[in-house]
Amino acid sequence: MILQNIVWTIALVGMGLIALGFIYVISQAGRTVDEAASIESARTSGVLRKWLFAALLVIFVAGSWATLRRFPIPPQNRALDAGQVVDVVASQWFWQVTPPSVRSGSTVEFRVTSTDVNHGLAIYSPEGHILIQTQAMPGYTNKLLYTFDQPGVYTLQCLEFCGVGHGPMKTTLRVVAAIAE
Amino acid sequence: MASLTMYPDDERLAGGERIAFNLYIVTAVALFVLMMLLGLTMRMTQAKWLTVQSPLFYQLLSMHGAGMVGTMALVTTAVMWFFLRKYVQLHLWAFVANYVLFMLGALCIIASIFVGRYGALWTFLYPLPVRGFGLWTSNTSALFMVGYLLIGVGSLLFYLDAAAGIIKVHGNLGRALGLQWLFGGKIDPDHPKAVVASTQVIISNSLGILAGAVVLVMSLVNIFFPTVVLNALLAKNLIYWFGHQYINATIYMGVIAVYELLPRYTGKPYPISRPFLWSWAASTLFVIVVYPHHLLMDFAQPRWLAVIGQMVSWGAGFPVFLVTVFGALTNLHRSGIRWTMPSRLLILSMFGWAAGIVPAILDGTIRNNLVMHNTQWVPGHFHFYLLLGVLAMAMALMYHVIGSRVSAPPNSSADKLGFPLYLAGGLIFTYAFLDAGRLSVPRRMAEHLDSWTFTDKVGSIGAILVVLAMLYFAIRISAGLLKQPSAGAAGVSTADAAG
Repeated sequence: MILQNIVWTIALVGMGLIALGFIYVISQAGRTVDEAASIESARTSGVLRKWLFAALLVIFVAGSWATLRRFPIPPQNRALDAGQVVDVVASQWFWQVTPPSVRSGSTVEFRVTSTDVNHGLAIYSPEGHILIQTQAMPGYTNKLLYTFDQPGVYTLQCLEFCGVGHGPMKTTLRVVAAIAE
Repeated sequence: MASLTMYPDDERLAGGERIAFNLYIVTAVALFVLMMLLGLTMRMTQAKWLTVQSPLFYQLLSMHGAGMVGTMALVTTAVMWFFLRKYVQLHLWAFVANYVLFMLGALCIIASIFVGRYGALWTFLYPLPVRGFGLWTSNTSALFMVGYLLIGVGSLLFYLDAAAGIIKVHGNLGRALGLQWLFGGKIDPDHPKAVVASTQVIISNSLGILAGAVVLVMSLVNIFFPTVVLNALLAKNLIYWFGHQYINATIYMGVIAVYELLPRYTGKPYPISRPFLWSWAASTLFVIVVYPHHLLMDFAQPRWLAVIGQMVSWGAGFPVFLVTVFGALTNLHRSGIRWTMPSRLLILSMFGWAAGIVPAILDGTIRNNLVMHNTQWVPGHFHFYLLLGVLAMAMALMYHVIGSRVSAPPNSSADKLGFPLYLAGGLIFTYAFLDAGRLSVPRRMAEHLDSWTFTDKVGSIGAILVVLAMLYFAIRISAGLLKQPSAGAAGVSTADAAG
């Protein structure tokens, strides 16, 4: 499953659980209870809040560890030693990609910058979903690592609004099959 | 503790206060309808149901963004003022000055967009405002920025007046936040939640607005002295530090309506507590330091900033889920509530805020941001909590004030129809954005591929429903506010009003 679908599923489950909580409380809201039941309700609510706190804490710690343990962005201040390097320069409203093709199966280092305004480099798969992205900013070079598994024609699309030519600002990157050693 | 009296005397709007409040609200609801129409136009253009040329599309997008953010700030400032004035002395001139400066700023922005054809969006990301390629000039961008400065000065004036009033009563802002009770001591049960939330907003949003002023002045210097070149990354940091705090302040100002009004409609006390004070102390810090989650794809940023952006984004869920939303649901549970428009909107606002945070937190995770940043996932989550959260908070107060005119919470048949229309439209509209984010559809783009138009069409249908509902609400609220109050409208008890 691609990452986007995982994120979508987590969002639907999380939002759904919240909706269920609201539906339950709303379904009970029209009822009134005597003082003893009200005190009991307050006690239950306190216990529930502690459990919710514990659950959120576990999600926070485990989630942070899982997503940050291997930092998803490559180091920017040292050589990355990737097998292939592609220089990507963004300008209003075109891309210069050198070289225009890479091999699959070996890591590519993209060195991304801009000559004018902020742009965003998003690499779209041939099927049309984003594989990875970074910003292209004047005065800075962002280094991005990606390994293409499959040969094909990938689309590089600007993803940061950069003026009236933003939408059509795209080009292609050809990924060819790795040469057998 | 917030009063359980439905329409207490100290909330009565008289004379100049009533005129000023009505001006704020009538202006805001009219602007909301207009800005929603612009949004609908853009969604229908993306769906290929309308044809709007790209330059005009981005002008509309600039107007929609600046207009919606500004109007949210305007209307939630009215919410904060409405309740805070009961606890501290607020000067009407400051409230009115904020309105006047807002309108002057809005005129500058409207002129720059529709006369000068400015199209560099509400984020005015340096150096795009000076690179309009002949579509707009640098002077046009300068006018847009002057508009922002005027609006910012108005907000700061209001916050300074509010800060002075709070300090006069509570000694300093720390005590107003309740920091003295974080680790022990008997909490004053009458310490108003409205003061706590307002203090948080004053601290964080003043910093945000000052950051905005700095980058606006820097950008103006660059416009008039082009040899003075700015650092694009520094400018971006300042813009998002400002933008994030400015829009989040609207939630924190709006939620005061929930704290104040919900117990009146449930008839159950909603007391202040230590977890409440902890949550507001934490959220004061969180909202100030969380903005790097907007720059996760700027790899040149120091790594520790990105880590802060992610971890604080996640942490920001704690106060919302554990305190405000949980507290509101506990207050509602088995309360015997009779549903009316204000109470419906209050609970909707809690749902909109809580549920909208989930996709926001997911997007604030670096790993996910690599594939979700600048897709329609982003407008999906912020429309969720602005449309179904913050606007619902503000409308709850508007409906409540209408009720005070006739001594009964509004609950007409048309209201009962308008509410589900708004809810259904809002859900369709926002989920269409979120699904488009899943499909990697970029945000802020006039030209859409044919394969992207399904979610655009679904979103447009949702937007039509929202616009229809909002048009009704705007007319209903404006007419209700302009009605003369009936004799003895204030001071009605909860039981009287609800029964």
